[in-house]
Amino acid sequence: MKVVVCVKQTPSTTAVFSVENGSVNWEDPGGKPNVLNPWDEYAVEEAILLQEEHGGDAIALTMGPEESQEALKTCLAMGCTEAVLVGGGDFQGSDTLGTARVLAAAIRKLGDVKIAVFGKQAIDGDTGQTPVQTAVKLGWTPLTFVSAITEVDEDAGTITVERLLPGGKETVTTKLPVVISVVKEINEPRYPSFMGIRKANRATIPTWESGDLELEGAAGVEASKVDWSNVYELPPRDSEVELIEADTPEEAARILADRLFEEKVI
Amino acid sequence: MSGVWVWIEHQDGKIAGVSLEALGAARGIAASLGEDLTAVVTGHDVSSVADAAFNYGADAVVGSDDPSLADFRLEAHGPLLAGLVEERDPTVVIAGASPRGHDLTAWIAAQLDAGQVPDGIDLGVEDGKVVVTRPVYAGKLLCDAVVSDGVQIVNLRSRAFAPAEETGGSGEAEWVEPAVAEEDIPTEVVSFESAGSQVSLTDARIIVSGGRGVGGPEGFEPIRELAQALGAAVGASRATVDAGWIPYEHQVGQTGKTVSPDLYIAAGISGAIQHQAGMRTSKIIVAINTDPEAPIFKLASYGVVGDLFDVVPALSEEFRRRLG
Repeated sequence: MKVVVCVKQTPSTTAVFSVENGSVNWEDPGGKPNVLNPWDEYAVEEAILLQEEHGGDAIALTMGPEESQEALKTCLAMGCTEAVLVGGGDFQGSDTLGTARVLAAAIRKLGDVKIAVFGKQAIDGDTGQTPVQTAVKLGWTPLTFVSAITEVDEDAGTITVERLLPGGKETVTTKLPVVISVVKEINEPRYPSFMGIRKANRATIPTWESGDLELEGAAGVEASKVDWSNVYELPPRDSEVELIEADTPEEAARILADRLFEEKVI
Repeated sequence: MSGVWVWIEHQDGKIAGVSLEALGAARGIAASLGEDLTAVVTGHDVSSVADAAFNYGADAVVGSDDPSLADFRLEAHGPLLAGLVEERDPTVVIAGASPRGHDLTAWIAAQLDAGQVPDGIDLGVEDGKVVVTRPVYAGKLLCDAVVSDGVQIVNLRSRAFAPAEETGGSGEAEWVEPAVAEEDIPTEVVSFESAGSQVSLTDARIIVSGGRGVGGPEGFEPIRELAQALGAAVGASRATVDAGWIPYEHQVGQTGKTVSPDLYIAAGISGAIQHQAGMRTSKIIVAINTDPEAPIFKLASYGVVGDLFDVVPALSEEFRRRLG
């Protein structure tokens, strides 16, 4: 069975951001400013688990600049069997819809994919929209917030999953192929093995550009229907902390309770 | 092109909180644009939801009431909404940023090749366009996004907008046929296992959160007691979840939940940047920590420098006494 996992390279979770003249910059105190999107680690793990159980391929796919190779190498080191980078200037500045068109075209080119796995969202754009939009562009069923894949029946062409929704857990069955986006509860991502890292470092990752894909509709900044350019730093919280001075915890509790009732938040 | 639409999420015949907030926000946008507010109701046996939408200020209700729409399935609801939008050409389509609202707006935008901005926390109108403020980079930055042409599709984060108020309004809903026949919907909802009546973190008005300072799984006991006294939800820092002291569903922060309660009490939480990303839009933040240098005090409105095992039980006692 052919499984694709769509990933993104993002700033690290510890990155510190600044905005200058509308352009976003970041630095990381740990010296590793870019990582495989943390939510995608669960998607990669699930793709590898599917490959281990059903055989076939677990192919890591990303759309991004050349340096996104690093994120793909992490996927290979974890155990993905192949990786493909979709890049080139034509796609730069794509919004989620442009990205969905590109990923859908790449998935069609890979051929015979049964499941495309995504993380819940990427920690940079934070939209969480690309999985559903890629599914629509492929004409496949999207299954979001998946916390367990309970059954994949290749012969019957069906999949059953659990979805974590507000208020409870929904079990759904649908027809393959599907796009699924997974939540953190689904698994515990493995660490790349030493052998995996060596293999990943030796791997040559193919790059597909716009000429290699049969794109339906456009991608890139020109095709974006949303102007995302007005990014800015958060205004500082205007509150100065009032430290509660008291001799006993009971007194502190009394004063704090008074304040919170005055603030009308209780 | 005219009209501000709100897709109404509902459960047990009642409009979801996030949709009441969307109606409230949409009323303001409709007034600024000088256009009507239309509620879109989809489901089965939903006439009471349509009535409620009129009562909460909708000028019109359009929807579809059919057994095939009883479960929320994107392949049924997505084409229905997209078809209505294409046919009737509203200016703005708004939903709550719940999982369903998120998925539905993503679907409509993809099917119609339209522009969409998720997770709005503030809305404005400039030059006849809706400006949506949303957090990006895990809440470390903000973005004012504008859809450049065509229908503007937006979803709004829970607890960021004041809910619509009852107006006593009423009217006749217009019902249309579903877009997709049952036999053409590949997905079947097999079961739904309710998680019970726990207060959900993202909807909670008050959250009491514990961090590394609780010291172990039993350290969450006083946190839970205070939460119970206040009718609050229990939150946690990533460190405590990673240590296995409390399940992941309680995690607040960059790789957990983003919350925006009226009151956030952080006990034994130092306030790492990833945690701040998930809670910094809380209205009032209270920090309880033994370390006066903890970064959480820079964010807090009120602080107590002290041991949470002394202060939190005293607070529980105090609130139990006052709230009866």
